[in-house]
Amino acid sequence: MIRFESVTKQYPDGTVAVSDLEFEAASGEITVLVGPSGCGKTTSLRMINRLIEPTSGRIWLDDEDTAKIKPAQLRRGIGYVIQRAGLFPHRTVLDNIATVPLLTGQNKKHARARAMELLERVGLDPAFAKRYPAQLSGGQQQRVGVARALAADPPVMLLDEPFSAVDPVVREQLQNEFLRLQAELHKTIVFVTHDIDEAIKLGDKVAVLRVGGRLAQFATPAELLSRPVDSFVAGFVGRDRGYRALGFAEAGALPLSGESPARLGEKVRAARERARDDWALVVDAEQRPQGWLAVGGLPDDALDGEITADLLNLGGTLARESGTLREALDAALSSPSGRGVIVHDDGTFAGTVSASQVLARIEERAAGVRREAVDAAAAERGRAPAGTWAGDEP
Amino acid sequence: MTALTSAGTVLASSSSSPLAFWSYFRDHLHEDLTFLWDHVYLSLLPVVIGLLISLPLGYVAHRFRWTYPPIISITGLLYTIPSIALFVIVPPLFGLKALDPKQVPIALTIYSVALLTRVVADGLSSVPEETRLAATAMGYGQLRRLVGVELPIAAPVIAAGLRVATVSNVSLVAIAGTIGLDNLGRLFDIGIQLSTPTPYYPPIVLGIILCVLLALTFDGLIVFGNRVLTPWRRAVAR
Repeated sequence: MIRFESVTKQYPDGTVAVSDLEFEAASGEITVLVGPSGCGKTTSLRMINRLIEPTSGRIWLDDEDTAKIKPAQLRRGIGYVIQRAGLFPHRTVLDNIATVPLLTGQNKKHARARAMELLERVGLDPAFAKRYPAQLSGGQQQRVGVARALAADPPVMLLDEPFSAVDPVVREQLQNEFLRLQAELHKTIVFVTHDIDEAIKLGDKVAVLRVGGRLAQFATPAELLSRPVDSFVAGFVGRDRGYRALGFAEAGALPLSGESPARLGEKVRAARERARDDWALVVDAEQRPQGWLAVGGLPDDALDGEITADLLNLGGTLARESGTLREALDAALSSPSGRGVIVHDDGTFAGTVSASQVLARIEERAAGVRREAVDAAAAERGRAPAGTWAGDEP
Repeated sequence: MTALTSAGTVLASSSSSPLAFWSYFRDHLHEDLTFLWDHVYLSLLPVVIGLLISLPLGYVAHRFRWTYPPIISITGLLYTIPSIALFVIVPPLFGLKALDPKQVPIALTIYSVALLTRVVADGLSSVPEETRLAATAMGYGQLRRLVGVELPIAAPVIAAGLRVATVSNVSLVAIAGTIGLDNLGRLFDIGIQLSTPTPYYPPIVLGIILCVLLALTFDGLIVFGNRVLTPWRRAVAR
């Protein structure tokens, strides 16, 4: 747990970078600090490992005041990843990863063996071990940066815009692997970004900061999207937030329709017999959906052919049964047949759902959210919960 | 003076053609090798001492930016003192007798500091800011960071400065020979003394050749050392 207790940072020239900041980054969770440039997010992060000293206030690491721990000792217990990785250009990848263990006097052989494990853990080929950072791409360097931060197995990790300097495709990969790693490691993570989408994707909790280092809102991503606390947060969270909020709403038990899918290798004719509206779903031997087959207006000789992968339309996305309303809606909207494919968590076919069915569920959920909001507002004004939106009455 | 006695034997045995330097070298082998050895340590020792002085000076100039202009200007100015004047002025300044053997290394150390302080400061400033930040954040103390991260990364820049300082010292040492201190410069002195009434070139040509060979050897050694110590600089994306 990392707790900011009315932390302020004022520079000698009078600039206030961080102002009376209070929040708690829970153990084992990812807490994202997000905001426009000049909001003090990086300053706040650097105050945790004392790269910058606060002017006033305290930062607690579990039950220890960080101001009372020697900086070098404090830092060796906190992993740190920065933009463009900041690798040591004169050391091999392996020695870069082993930096902190070697610094704390660990046996060289042991430190390198551990570094080798981490190299693979962050998804790099062992052949990279002997290379120098200049021989790696930006994304690969960033992976090494993450491995280096993990080397001493610190309970706390600080990440400062770690994925900002790589292209969008690599960024998405790195983000996904970062989440996968965190699911295994359960570190207490504070993550700084200027990208609200990244914050919403990665954060268990998100702290939105405004210029001058004041906390605007500290909430879960879903809350941030559905109830931004003021116009600054609403503006920062941005457009499409209603749609993006669906990404945090569980789909629940959707009314699934049956489908009699055809198998790869079967005759096209067999698929046509089972098709609805000229579209047949095709699965493989393990019942995993492979794509849609258009069976309308096919000549006779085509009907006698086998169903092969290259005949299939792959336009539709798949939604997990335990997934979100956003996934389900996307599956329905992207499906060439108009029927969204829902799969079990093991990837096997569960059923299909139409866009209107998903929308009905969204409608239902939104009504529930509205009722809650009205109740909450009413409770705040000290009145009994009302069925109508009191604020709308003339 | 020994120069005159050795010169006497020269005249008896050699031609005065510039190309006769080889026979001059063989005839005065012992003396020439002594000059060569003196030249070697007189060129190198000041660079080593100069580097040891320049490291803290350069570090201060890099670390506290406001000290950079005064430190670099003052050390830079030292280089503008003409060498012959510096050789002459060192003994009274340092309380030595004229023609004290310490006079040359002291003067050349001053020149080496003049060249190397700037190089050390600029070399340290060439370390990427994020590398420095990452080192600090990993828990490096200042001294360990300097020795383990910053100096190795600055090494190529410092090595380039060492090349200039060493080669320049080889030529400056020779000037001290003309005021009578033992090193390859003495060969020029001897040649000039033997050039009356007719020019006598062999010792002068030998002096030039040995100085050039020495400078090339030192330069090559520094380049080689730098290559061995910085394999990472040749590592490029494949």
